[in-house]
Amino acid sequence: MKVSLEWLRELVEVRQDAAALAATLTNGGIEVGSVDDLNAGLTQVVIGVIQEQGKHPNAEKLWVCRVGTGEKSFSVVTGARNLREGDKVPLALPGAQLPNGLTIQASKLKGVLSEGMLCSAEELLLETTLGERRSAGGILILPQAAPVGEKLAAYLGLDRYVLDLELYPNRPDCLAMVNVAREVSSLTGEKTHLPKWADTTQLPQLPLSGDIRVMIDEPDLCRRYAGLLVDEVKIAPSPDWMRRRLSAAGVRPINNIVDITNYVMLELGQPLHAFDRETIEGAVHVRRARAGEKLVTLDKADRSLDPDMLLIADERKALGLAGVMGGLESEVTEKTRKLLVESAHFEAVSIRRTGRRLGLRSEAANRFEKGVNPYGCLAALGRVSELLLRLGAGRPLGLVDEVGRLPAPRQIVFTARRTAEVLGFDVSARDLRLVLDRLGFSFEPEGEEFRVQIPSYRPDLEIEEDLIEEAARLLGYSRIPATQPRGGQTQGRRTEEQEFRRRLRHVLAGAGMDEVTTYSFVRAEADAAWGSAKDAVALLNPLREEQGVMRTTLIPGLLEVAQRNVSRHNLDVSVFEIGNVYLAEQPDRPLRRLPRESLRVAGLAAGKSKRHWLTAPYAHDFFYLKGILEEMAREFRLTFAFRPARDEPLLHPGRSADIYLGETKVGVLGEIHPAAAKEWVPDRGVVFELEVDPLFRQAGIWLKARSVPRYPGVQRDLAVVVPRGVPAAEVRERILELGGELLQQAEIFDVYTGQPIPEDHRSLAFSLHYLSPERTLIDEEVNALNARIIEGIQQDFGAEWRKE
Amino acid sequence: MVLLQEEVRRLEAETLALLANTDSPEEIRNLKVKVLGKKGTLTALLRRMGSLPPAERPLMGQIVNEARNKLEQAWNERERMLEEQLLKERLEGERIDVTLPGLRFPKGHLHPLSQVIEEIEDIFLGMGFEIAEGPEIETDYYNFEALNLPKEHPAREMQDSFYISEEILLRTQTSPVQIRTMERQRPRLPVKIIAPGKVYRRDDDATHSPMFHQVEGLFVDRGIRMSDLLGVLLNFSRQMFGAEREIRLRPSFFPFTEPSAEVDVSCMLCGGTGCRVCKGTGWLEILGSGMVHPKVLAMGGYDPREVTGFAFGMGAERVAMLKYGIEDMRLMFDNDLRFLRQF
Repeated sequence: MKVSLEWLRELVEVRQDAAALAATLTNGGIEVGSVDDLNAGLTQVVIGVIQEQGKHPNAEKLWVCRVGTGEKSFSVVTGARNLREGDKVPLALPGAQLPNGLTIQASKLKGVLSEGMLCSAEELLLETTLGERRSAGGILILPQAAPVGEKLAAYLGLDRYVLDLELYPNRPDCLAMVNVAREVSSLTGEKTHLPKWADTTQLPQLPLSGDIRVMIDEPDLCRRYAGLLVDEVKIAPSPDWMRRRLSAAGVRPINNIVDITNYVMLELGQPLHAFDRETIEGAVHVRRARAGEKLVTLDKADRSLDPDMLLIADERKALGLAGVMGGLESEVTEKTRKLLVESAHFEAVSIRRTGRRLGLRSEAANRFEKGVNPYGCLAALGRVSELLLRLGAGRPLGLVDEVGRLPAPRQIVFTARRTAEVLGFDVSARDLRLVLDRLGFSFEPEGEEFRVQIPSYRPDLEIEEDLIEEAARLLGYSRIPATQPRGGQTQGRRTEEQEFRRRLRHVLAGAGMDEVTTYSFVRAEADAAWGSAKDAVALLNPLREEQGVMRTTLIPGLLEVAQRNVSRHNLDVSVFEIGNVYLAEQPDRPLRRLPRESLRVAGLAAGKSKRHWLTAPYAHDFFYLKGILEEMAREFRLTFAFRPARDEPLLHPGRSADIYLGETKVGVLGEIHPAAAKEWVPDRGVVFELEVDPLFRQAGIWLKARSVPRYPGVQRDLAVVVPRGVPAAEVRERILELGGELLQQAEIFDVYTGQPIPEDHRSLAFSLHYLSPERTLIDEEVNALNARIIEGIQQDFGAEWRKE
Repeated sequence: MVLLQEEVRRLEAETLALLANTDSPEEIRNLKVKVLGKKGTLTALLRRMGSLPPAERPLMGQIVNEARNKLEQAWNERERMLEEQLLKERLEGERIDVTLPGLRFPKGHLHPLSQVIEEIEDIFLGMGFEIAEGPEIETDYYNFEALNLPKEHPAREMQDSFYISEEILLRTQTSPVQIRTMERQRPRLPVKIIAPGKVYRRDDDATHSPMFHQVEGLFVDRGIRMSDLLGVLLNFSRQMFGAEREIRLRPSFFPFTEPSAEVDVSCMLCGGTGCRVCKGTGWLEILGSGMVHPKVLAMGGYDPREVTGFAFGMGAERVAMLKYGIEDMRLMFDNDLRFLRQF
């Protein structure tokens, strides 16, 4: 809502300047988005008088004028032909910025210096406020009384300041100047001077007319339909003051009739529409459109309608879209002699649907959508008839008024006790009285309570808390002190699951991975490739195609991160993300129930560690990420089993593993398949993805400590040569089995292929640790165990003891 | 006797001279054997003492012993000197360039949003709040209706939503967790939670991201006042942004709170005197808040005549941007490692 300060001053005493008023409103809860000085560029435009006029020596169509401004005179070149000596004209001096964006400079025109520019009304953007009559054919000629040398803006009393209100949806009342004036009065304590027509409870003194019949066929969508019948209409431009105010509010002036309806809408918030009475055939109906019905609207667009749209129609045809836009056929034109001025109350829901479906926005629709005073219809018509008479634009004949169900006036009980309880500081009955007086609400005190009559222009006030907010606003939010909540202490603590997730983050970051955060919606094809297409949930209205479905896997997001970083030469990539995937787990589309949200942890590594003078870089490969996962497992006392992956077409078939917790697969780790990698990362990349929930369920939160062994253990190294296809983990497990209770650890410390190991074989070197909790072991029993292990391994895997 | 005595003296002098030229412990040892060993020269002189008259023997013995002691002392001294010198040489040889960088134990970095959210959580945990959660894909009921935003309510347009179906959407706020928590907990009091999480709105520019993070707060109990909201948020702001911070409330509108308030914190960059970041006002808007609307309490299963509550919601990105001086929100989701590794 654009509020002209000049207009506002007519309705309320304003002692503050524009900036201070804007601050008052903002701090009072009516946010002022910007304060514009419409005249900012016009300060260098002054009133001049043409002292001499002569032909330009070098140009056929130009004139050279000497223009006086009192003390000085200027030589100005112009192309206009409507000037005579002695005319008072707007002279833009160097530095002036015209509203059309032109900045005036002194310059030579065909060899003659022009020290400024004489302006037309159009150039001053005054064509909408001053009427074409006086500026037709060229420079704007001002009245002879115009004082030479004065600033034009000051002389014309042009609006200077416009406050642009950014209204919350609960304050549609402030889409009306009178209610903005009331708000200013409430916040500043200054008096309003609202004319009687601002009081919607006072009905205009106009007879009811039988000239036209109105039928509300949809009483649920139209609560009231009132009309003013007018004849002897004389279409003309409206007066300057009205055009100026409309322009300041951002409404284009058209002619006196349309301008009056717009002006009253801005003043009172009641949308109005003028129909050419003579285009209406028979009774006026407020009805739903028929499927496929057509209407050409005022903007000359051919609209195809449907039954969700409310129409104003006569017995033959549609006249307009109720509350949104009139029809072209019933438009007021130069020839219009009789009017029906509509002032109705339509339900927001229907207006919003109609506007949305047709992609149509209008000032009227905007107001109906947000809420219009349902009691304002007749008062607005009273104001219209007053203005028609004042402007000599037509003769009001009488009213039609069809009333549906109007909401009952509301009363709220307002108490100082409750107000103090909610706000937390002492509020007295006197405070409340002050608040209500400021608001201008009528009320009856009943003991400790106030029974407040809520005016119909404040539909947002429904319950006592709404009035408490009014009290806080007007008394000042700054009066609220800072207190500590009373009542008992509570213990705040993360749940075990929340703590697990927090630690998971820290463990992975501690192991050298960087955490990333990617969007939850991804490109459908990428998600389908890595995730579960049948579980994917698509957005109905994504911003862009690459954010079309909710992810069922975290991997595509990480690939994108890797790709972006590698392209920016951040080559040592090791990233992880902990976040939800969204799994429909139901065949129905649209979904019948919410999808399952499942927390995952995923990682991606590519490139290698940074070079360092002491150590060789290590590759961010399969074993790098596996090591991190093993570290994570140790941290949470989990035991992962890695088995060669099955059914992972996007992973390298020889370098990928399914990850098991017991017999449950909880995730996957592997190098990206070279064929897939080409598309994603320039070099090799490794990814993992795990479900978080099973990790949490299996994690040993409570540590059971073991005491330090009392007897020394025995360390033996053992190398076995086995066929290459035999997984090391299997060999290790068998060794542990064969070693029995005394064999505490068997760790692989070397893997060797090449001479003298036979082809297709490899040597696995284990460091074995034997220990008994009860005694010191003797060499003989350890040797015997070692021998048993070698024999067993030989038998099971065809392996032999590698002799040094 | 005199002759022998002379010989001892000579031997002593010769040995000392030799010793002065030794430059390894080995040479010292050899010299020691050569002089003091069983077949050593001094030992030989001692043996020859038998040829002396018995009366002279004690004096002679004394002379030899003195020589022996003197030599031993010299030896020890020389040995120590040599050791010291060797050690010194060794240390000199082992000198390293201490300005070279140390071995790297590369630690990863938590995303700034994780860090900020964890810090916010810790502050509220310290004030006795628990952490609640709810789904990111929500029903229209929890995201709007139960929060006093019935269908067709104009305030719904404040948040442009991503829809999955007519009734299911990506939550536009963490506020639905208020309702879910109250439903789960009723009738127990107090309800005292924060709810961090992802939310989604159809906006994308330098200051809006279609996905972002909010931290919701809800405190419902008997006798909760708006002044308590101010007290709790003042405490939070001072822990998060510094002990000198002040906060102020400004009237605002949210369908699910009444009265509603915008909360500003005094600018942490200029201390409230006005700068570029706070646009000269000295204040920074950090969150929206208010007293829980009676209808929302009722939807959650609590009697608004019995209990009151406050609620607030803040954008984690906003907090992170203020705390770390990040100027463009898009950096948060760009995931450039050069950005992330600062945190």
